[in-house]
Amino acid sequence: MTTAPSNRLFTKSEAIGFVILAVIVFAILPLALDTFRLNLFGKYLTYAFVAVGLVLCWGAGGILSLGQGVFFGLGGYCMAMYLKLEASTPENTSIQSTPGIPDFMDWNQLTALPWWWEPFHSFSFTLFAVIAVPVVFSFIIGVAMFRRRVGGVYFAIITQAVAAILTILIIGQQGFTGGVNGITDLRTLKGWDIRTDSAKEILYFVNGIMLFACLLTAQFIRKSKLGRLLIAMRDQEDRVRFSGYDVANFKIFVFCIGAAFAAIGGAMFTLQVGFMSPSFVGIVPSIEMVIFCAVGGRLSILGAVYGALLVNWAKTTFSESFPELWLLGLGALFIAVVMAFPDGLAGVYTDKIAPRIRKLLKRGPPALPAANAQETAAE
Amino acid sequence: MSNSEKHNGANGVNRRAVLAGGAALTASLFTPKLLRAQDFPTAAVNTTGLAVTDDTVTVGILHSVTGTMAISETGSVQAEKLAIEQINAQGGVLGRKIEYIQEDGGSDWPTFAEKAKKLLVSDKVASVMGCWTSASRKAVLPVFEQYNGMLYYPTFYEGLEESPNVIYTGQEATQQIIAGIDWVTQTKGAKSFYLLGSDYIWPRTSNKIARKHIEKLGLKVVGEDYYPLGHTQFNSVINKMKLKKPDVIYAIVVGGSNVAFYKQLKAAGIDMTKEKPLLLTISVTEDEILGIGGENIEGAYACMKYFQSLTNENNMAFVKAFKEMWGDDIVIGDVTQAAYLGPWLWKAAVEKAGSFDVDKIREASPGIELTTAPEGYVKVHENHHLWSKTRVGHAKRDGQYEVVFETADLVEPDPFPDGYQ
Repeated sequence: MTTAPSNRLFTKSEAIGFVILAVIVFAILPLALDTFRLNLFGKYLTYAFVAVGLVLCWGAGGILSLGQGVFFGLGGYCMAMYLKLEASTPENTSIQSTPGIPDFMDWNQLTALPWWWEPFHSFSFTLFAVIAVPVVFSFIIGVAMFRRRVGGVYFAIITQAVAAILTILIIGQQGFTGGVNGITDLRTLKGWDIRTDSAKEILYFVNGIMLFACLLTAQFIRKSKLGRLLIAMRDQEDRVRFSGYDVANFKIFVFCIGAAFAAIGGAMFTLQVGFMSPSFVGIVPSIEMVIFCAVGGRLSILGAVYGALLVNWAKTTFSESFPELWLLGLGALFIAVVMAFPDGLAGVYTDKIAPRIRKLLKRGPPALPAANAQETAAE
Repeated sequence: MSNSEKHNGANGVNRRAVLAGGAALTASLFTPKLLRAQDFPTAAVNTTGLAVTDDTVTVGILHSVTGTMAISETGSVQAEKLAIEQINAQGGVLGRKIEYIQEDGGSDWPTFAEKAKKLLVSDKVASVMGCWTSASRKAVLPVFEQYNGMLYYPTFYEGLEESPNVIYTGQEATQQIIAGIDWVTQTKGAKSFYLLGSDYIWPRTSNKIARKHIEKLGLKVVGEDYYPLGHTQFNSVINKMKLKKPDVIYAIVVGGSNVAFYKQLKAAGIDMTKEKPLLLTISVTEDEILGIGGENIEGAYACMKYFQSLTNENNMAFVKAFKEMWGDDIVIGDVTQAAYLGPWLWKAAVEKAGSFDVDKIREASPGIELTTAPEGYVKVHENHHLWSKTRVGHAKRDGQYEVVFETADLVEPDPFPDGYQ
């Protein structure tokens, strides 16, 4: 490393970056957009949770997970189960053979609520489960893989397999999970109608606050001794191991953190969009999530947020303008980004924009780019 | 940001051919009532702020044109565009030309919900023609109910639904099943059935209705099996069928699995033209045969409400106009025809109500008759489904069905059949 890492939580430029993002998320977007578009951006921001988790796992820790959709989905499903139970009151479901159970169970000839749905009547249990279920699951995967020193491409392939297995399980067990349709028609949260415009706006801000909590956690981890160990592990795993550190534990930890972030994103997604379906769990969405991270720049926590916003905004805009050709446009965007800017948006900022700003401000070089120098040097 | 392209109805392929041939032809068929827009001031016909101007009205088209469902849904998009074009050629709706905003559901249910919301909230479309799979309909349903939109849904489906914000132009399960089973027992003397399906709600509910009806007739179901969507190994179930020797294989296999199923059936030596066992399906339209291959399914029977080969005048004109607009190689399946009814039923409802307001359309819709439908006469039931005939077709080598049976009367839609839930 060329510069000594700062012990403060933020360097000056990082602090400015956080403030700019906060202004965009909490002021500019809500003021500039109508509720419908704001809700869409709220949805995009839920993917940013996953992308930030991936920056820690992949960018810092070198663990490429192609199965983050699993954790996004588990978090989302836990929330959806709670909301679905609340929506399935005996009055609302009086036309069913068995009133009081979710409609898809009735269609699949279930006559009683499965035992493992019961706890989801409780909101506090649900909040606990949103984090705990994915974290326990990622812990099991992590222990099974990292203890055996499975890493790199093999780990990526196994996470893909897990994503595929979970999708098949959800679709196959449609009586318990809603199958391909997913869990739809979610209405209220403790009696509060989440479908109204005002609810959407409130949820957007709750989502934004949660995202910043995750961003600060991620920043803290990056700046801690643990963060530096992660980067050391990514670059020279054996040396870290020979220095006496238990590499597997650190990997399991950061993988669980990534899963927890993804799960919070999934739960916020369910709240804002009003349903959850297996199409967020499988291989394709999991890879898309890695793309958000790559476009933003896999080394930059804030870049991940911009990446998720840009890609999803482009997806919506292209598909509205060119319903039959939009996939090609999106593909071209990815190729262009990877060819021209291998470090993503964050790389563009570091290489192209930051030096100009520095020139404009006529400051001495070392103060501003310290953090970025650390990142690029670490590669 | 919402810079969606607005399409005028008449921007399709072969515009001139359609206007010259199709419009002249349809004009003679659908006797146009010339309604002038100035007789219906915008303020009076549109009290809820929909996208209606003095000379245009905007509707939405919401289907998958990318992804795995594109192959099925493209026909519906084409049919809806044809209907809109023809309506415009006759002077539009209440003197207003229909414009449409097309959105792509991308074979992804959440995307359907997002786009439905965009169409209703940002574009304020007066109605939406769209969706195909039950999953996509379930995803958009809360959106239509919350923002009070009107969806014209074309696919035959499992029933168990009756939304005030949907007009179901396809048949619900009982309309497709009961008459077909009666036919096969009466004319073919079938006594035993083997039920097979893809594993999701439509085949499962349909087979449940079929089983109930078969058992009510005092006949036997000798087997019932389900395979995941996309499954391609049917050899074990085919062997089971050979052992159980049912009179009828009742198949509700969906999508790409069909190709494998019918090829393996043929390879296993089951010659469907001999009708021992006889194969009856409710999931293979002319569109699917394109993928399966006529030689692989020749001799099977399908139970639908529409076949391209219907010889009534409405259908001859429809098929001709469809081919003029979209090319000679095109085939038209049951759902495509149902999608074509959507814009026409909406137009009829608007004109009956004298208003574009969704609440008034909902009120006006039951009882609306369409004498010009390619499938023949249809009528909207109180429960928002259509009265329509059930027909049985016999698959031929060229990929078309020969109609061998149709019910004498229209069959009443019954989305919540007693005891079938």
